[in-house]
Amino acid sequence: MSHVDEHEGTRRDFLYYATGGAGAVAAGAAVWPLVNQMNPSADVQALSSIRVDISGIEVGTQLTVKWRGKPVFIRRRTQDEIDAARAVTMDELVDPIARNDNKDAALDAEDQNRTMDEAGEWLVMMGVCTHLGCVPLGDGAGDFGGWFCPCHGSHYDTSGRIRKGPAPENLPVPTAAFDGDTEIVLG
Amino acid sequence: MSGIPHDHYEPKTTFTKGVEKRLPIIGLIYGTLMIPTPKNLNWMWIWGIVLAFCLALQIVTGIVLVMHYTPHVDLAFASVEHIMRDVNGGHMLRYLHANGASLFFFAVYLHIFRGLYYGSYKAPREITWIIGMIIYLLMMATGFMGYVLPWGQMSFWGATVITGLFGAIPFIGEPIQTWLLGGPAVDNATLNRFFSLHYLLPFVIAGLVIVHIWAFHNTGNNNPTGVEVRRTSKAEAEKDTLPFWPYFVIKDLFALGVVLIAFFAVVGFMPNYLGHPDNYIEANPLSTPAHIVPEWYFLPFYAILRAFTADVWAVQLVSMLTGGIVDAKFFGVLAMFGAIIAMALVPWLDTSTVRSGKYRPSFKWWFWLLAVDFIVLMWVGAMPTDGIYPYISLIGATYWFAYFFVILPLLGVLEKPAPLPASIEEDFASHYPGAAE
Repeated sequence: MSHVDEHEGTRRDFLYYATGGAGAVAAGAAVWPLVNQMNPSADVQALSSIRVDISGIEVGTQLTVKWRGKPVFIRRRTQDEIDAARAVTMDELVDPIARNDNKDAALDAEDQNRTMDEAGEWLVMMGVCTHLGCVPLGDGAGDFGGWFCPCHGSHYDTSGRIRKGPAPENLPVPTAAFDGDTEIVLG
Repeated sequence: MSGIPHDHYEPKTTFTKGVEKRLPIIGLIYGTLMIPTPKNLNWMWIWGIVLAFCLALQIVTGIVLVMHYTPHVDLAFASVEHIMRDVNGGHMLRYLHANGASLFFFAVYLHIFRGLYYGSYKAPREITWIIGMIIYLLMMATGFMGYVLPWGQMSFWGATVITGLFGAIPFIGEPIQTWLLGGPAVDNATLNRFFSLHYLLPFVIAGLVIVHIWAFHNTGNNNPTGVEVRRTSKAEAEKDTLPFWPYFVIKDLFALGVVLIAFFAVVGFMPNYLGHPDNYIEANPLSTPAHIVPEWYFLPFYAILRAFTADVWAVQLVSMLTGGIVDAKFFGVLAMFGAIIAMALVPWLDTSTVRSGKYRPSFKWWFWLLAVDFIVLMWVGAMPTDGIYPYISLIGATYWFAYFFVILPLLGVLEKPAPLPASIEEDFASHYPGAAE
């Protein structure tokens, strides 16, 4: 509109900006469905909750189940593992937060704040390395006797807390609850 | 095309005159094929034709592979095995396509390092360079998504790790990652969209290749001396150049033939040499292979990604300054993309007015150190993350950035270049005294 010399808005200016604005809104409205179609579809979102039978898990073994497309570790820990996890002091931890969806988000990463039961026998957590999403190896792997991620070398202790390597956070504990003595409900 | 003075197409028959008047397409083809090309181009100027061949090979083999492939998590792996065992000549088509990607990256790395040595990125060829870098990024995206399609263990876990890079972005990372994947983890939605984009991007690349060629046809090719073709008159320009057809077409086709001998030896006799056995195991979301390694052509940048762990002081400093927003994970991601962006910015980081490394006595050493650094990073990227390897990665990654952000800017000021030849003709005559008429 450079040829319009008057400074006050003319009718032509108004039409120019109104058309341009309407065009921009229309373009945005046309693009949004194309972007939004890539978000999780209804059937993917529907897979929210599963039940897991834990009656067959022996002390010192681990069950890995798939929940929302990702592995969840359900470990029945030995007394040695529990003792090792509870002997760790807070200043040894890389990530001081419990990362437990069942408890207050501000809780610190004491082993008691991460386990399913007071005694600490049952530990349930996402089997997804907080670095780039690989599944850590269990059964005492790594320098701290817990889990070790083979992709980029993150070491987790017997409570699933990050101790060494590139991962920034402890393995998160998902929403989980006992249903009787033999089942755990995830989600 | 404009730039160097040369003959233009003159239609002779009534028919071609008529066509040319309505659509000057014969003139466009003539101008492109007959473009005056510096007559001193050496064998490092053949990779363009090899790359054009690779793009055509990948598109043609890709289109026929799609006729037999099924993009579904339950069927993808089996359909690739179906291609390998049942489809007529299917194993050959798949091996050509898989190894074609390796040839593509092999050629593009030589093409890029050619440009870095001879200063092909310098004015007035910055746009050619930037378009080339965009093509390279798209090639990486295409190669990565294509590797996911067979739905083997490396496909799945490679996809998990690479999309995890986007999850490292502070605040908006997780929604972006979920959006890219179409769910909480790599699954059918991910496979389908990667298939769609893997089919699309090569055509985008083809379009950009045309713009890439258009850009350097407009400025004229660089050449080993970095001295421009003289363009005050057609007669003078002709002393420095020869037409692309037939001189360089024949030379390039000969080189392509030699390259293809090596390529078909690999495809025929060792087609899985560059692959990973783990990718012949179907994807399992509950078990990560003991050692995830990307394809060889991603290894240098993968090494840079892994180099910056939380115990590196630079990472700790940045983490402290940003109040923890940039943690070790995000730092690694920034470093990896930064390593490629550094390359893209090189036209503005190199302060030397001399184009070709041939006439830059100190630059040469730093350049070859960068080439060695690239090989070392490629090697260390495939190694485990314990012992001495993280330190080697860190040193290699540091040199990569130092070359672009410290050495190149300083060299232009500190270095005393050797005298340049007066013209391409003079340089050519000194190499081939008998060839002068």
